[in-house]
Amino acid sequence: MTIEELEQIAKSVCQENEKYDFEVNVCMDLACSSQGAQQLKDALVKAAETSGKNVHIRRTGCMGPCSSGPLVRVDPEEALYHHVNADHAEAIVNSLGGAPVPDLQCDLNEHFDKQVRVVLENAGYIDPEKIDEYIARDGYKALLTALTEMTPNGVVHRITESGLRGRGGGGYPTGLKWGTVAKASGDVKYVVCNGDEGDPGAFMDRSVMEGDPHRVIEGMALAAYAVGASKGFIYVRAEYPTAVGRLTAGLRDARRRGLLGNNICNTPFNFDIEIRLGAGAFVCGEETALLASIEGKRGTPRPRPPYPAVSGLFGKPTLINNVETYANIAPIVRNGGKWFANMGSERSKGTKVFALTGKIANTGLVEVPMGIKLREIIEVIGGGVPGGHTFKAVQTGGPSGGCIPAEMLDVGVSYDALVRLGSIMGSGGMIVMDDTSCMVNVARFFIEFCMTESCGKCIPCRAGTAQMFTLLTRFCNGSGTMDDLELLESLCSTVKEASLCGLGQTAPNPVLSTLKYFRNEYIEHIVHKRCPAGVCNIQAPVTDQKEVLA
Amino acid sequence: MPAFTPPPLPSDDKRWKIVNGTMRKNGFARHALIETLHTVQSSFGYLDDEAIRFVARSLRVPLSQAYGVVTFYHYFSLKPPGKHTVTICAGTACYIKGADKLVAAAEKRLGIPQGQTTQDGKISLMTARCVGACSRAPVVLRDGEVMGEVTSGQVLEQLERWAVE
Repeated sequence: MTIEELEQIAKSVCQENEKYDFEVNVCMDLACSSQGAQQLKDALVKAAETSGKNVHIRRTGCMGPCSSGPLVRVDPEEALYHHVNADHAEAIVNSLGGAPVPDLQCDLNEHFDKQVRVVLENAGYIDPEKIDEYIARDGYKALLTALTEMTPNGVVHRITESGLRGRGGGGYPTGLKWGTVAKASGDVKYVVCNGDEGDPGAFMDRSVMEGDPHRVIEGMALAAYAVGASKGFIYVRAEYPTAVGRLTAGLRDARRRGLLGNNICNTPFNFDIEIRLGAGAFVCGEETALLASIEGKRGTPRPRPPYPAVSGLFGKPTLINNVETYANIAPIVRNGGKWFANMGSERSKGTKVFALTGKIANTGLVEVPMGIKLREIIEVIGGGVPGGHTFKAVQTGGPSGGCIPAEMLDVGVSYDALVRLGSIMGSGGMIVMDDTSCMVNVARFFIEFCMTESCGKCIPCRAGTAQMFTLLTRFCNGSGTMDDLELLESLCSTVKEASLCGLGQTAPNPVLSTLKYFRNEYIEHIVHKRCPAGVCNIQAPVTDQKEVLA
Repeated sequence: MPAFTPPPLPSDDKRWKIVNGTMRKNGFARHALIETLHTVQSSFGYLDDEAIRFVARSLRVPLSQAYGVVTFYHYFSLKPPGKHTVTICAGTACYIKGADKLVAAAEKRLGIPQGQTTQDGKISLMTARCVGACSRAPVVLRDGEVMGEVTSGQVLEQLERWAVE
């Protein structure tokens, strides 16, 4: 494969598309599929056949606003239809070339206006299982350009210049990491993609892998060229069978096109990727645990240093990045580091994809420039809290993140700002809670998660989270005391300081942040034995009633 | 040193050939343990003692290590699944939208705690950490098929339909 051949493919795809008068794109991501997107697509194909119109019906990845699904976008008019089902197929096909179907049109301009799409630029526009459609949208151009015109150092430099930071949550500067692996000595190096999206409430990595798999593959190939690796692994959760299928198909097609394998683009560069399945362990999102799991072992972390960049998979220098990080690479190489660095805030560049869920009108995937205010994400893009309820908190960063209250919503989203608020960026889950959620109960939920998912290797995490869970359970059932609260606070700092890996070090975050912003709810549970949100089932102890009577 | 010969297949069951195929593809390397266990589980539905022993011997992994791996990862099951499985997502978004009530309702109806199968082997009640369909919380998997915005009534209705099958 050469650049000329790549351009030829892109041209033939465009010619093929021009044969059609209309394009009807059907979102077939998990949320839309679970509402009958497949039947809808079949009905559209049938309706198009009977109408005799020249229509191309395409399945695509996630279009974003899942709560409005199943979604259909008609091009070239760019009319977006929501809550479409198979019965609407005929009306949609009949409307082509005329006015859009009024009943189905949705007004999500505000939702989309504030968004900037880099990672998700292809999602909703290409069929994820057609490599040529990806190529037609500048796919693999960055890889071939880098191979023929740039040195590996040049690629590292461009990533450094962009200011990209790891999207898995830690926010470590990507260019710095690449540079370390590139400089590490050794003939054998590995490139690993962390697709073990363990954060409950986050699904952007799944959507990227399912909706635009080649973007991840291209990012990994560029990384391999930059650091001098010839073998890569994608570690995906077994709970995401569609993502595994799409990636498998994507790797096969890339090999057929000569974009993976030996002597890619007639250069000495060799690279291929294997898929490894996760098996349901949250701790495997931690890089050393993930590497242990690829080696077929229990996913327990080990102390760092040595960092994987020096001694990683099978003891070799290993570059490990998250799915979304790799998805950012191709556009950066294509458009330059400065282009990327122009987006975002001072220390957090580019965009971030968030999975907006919970008690919010527009649930789904959003991609926003870093630095945007939380309030804009929740009230404008998300459409606010529905059902006449009031906003209480937004939880970012998954089980190891924190709950951010209403008075802090004017803070701009960045790695550092979220840490200052007692939360973390995490992989990008954003769960909105309203007045029906009890913050003590929420903290208990997260600690229960961390307790179950603790691998058991180090004591602060294994025993600490279990004790924290017991204390929080006491608050929730009304038997907690103020001494317990003091004990909980001191346990939090022990677990935070003394745990081996990120799981334990961040596990107390939900407790600490709720204690910081919602301390009164804890006091209500402990002193007045009542749950303000009415979630916890507190039975006033008999002794207390006697005291009251006395 | 004599060349390693993998142990014979436990029985004529064709599924063992699939399992063996995964190991052969990986050159019977030890790091293929998890991959192979995935193949066993997808072929047989669960992992029993015989399967774990066979895989451990074939890959020359200590039995304790193989058992350790099986029990470490939630995805692997040591018990056969019921004829039908209802999996309730217990991820954060689902929890915020009341998944705990769905679990409670299903537990009450089936008379078993989550993670178990009814005595007649008909229905397994499982919870999942997150299936990634958070935008449609609460989510329930009906024999692996995703259903969104589920109510307790819908769960009970489904259980009723399976019970009378």
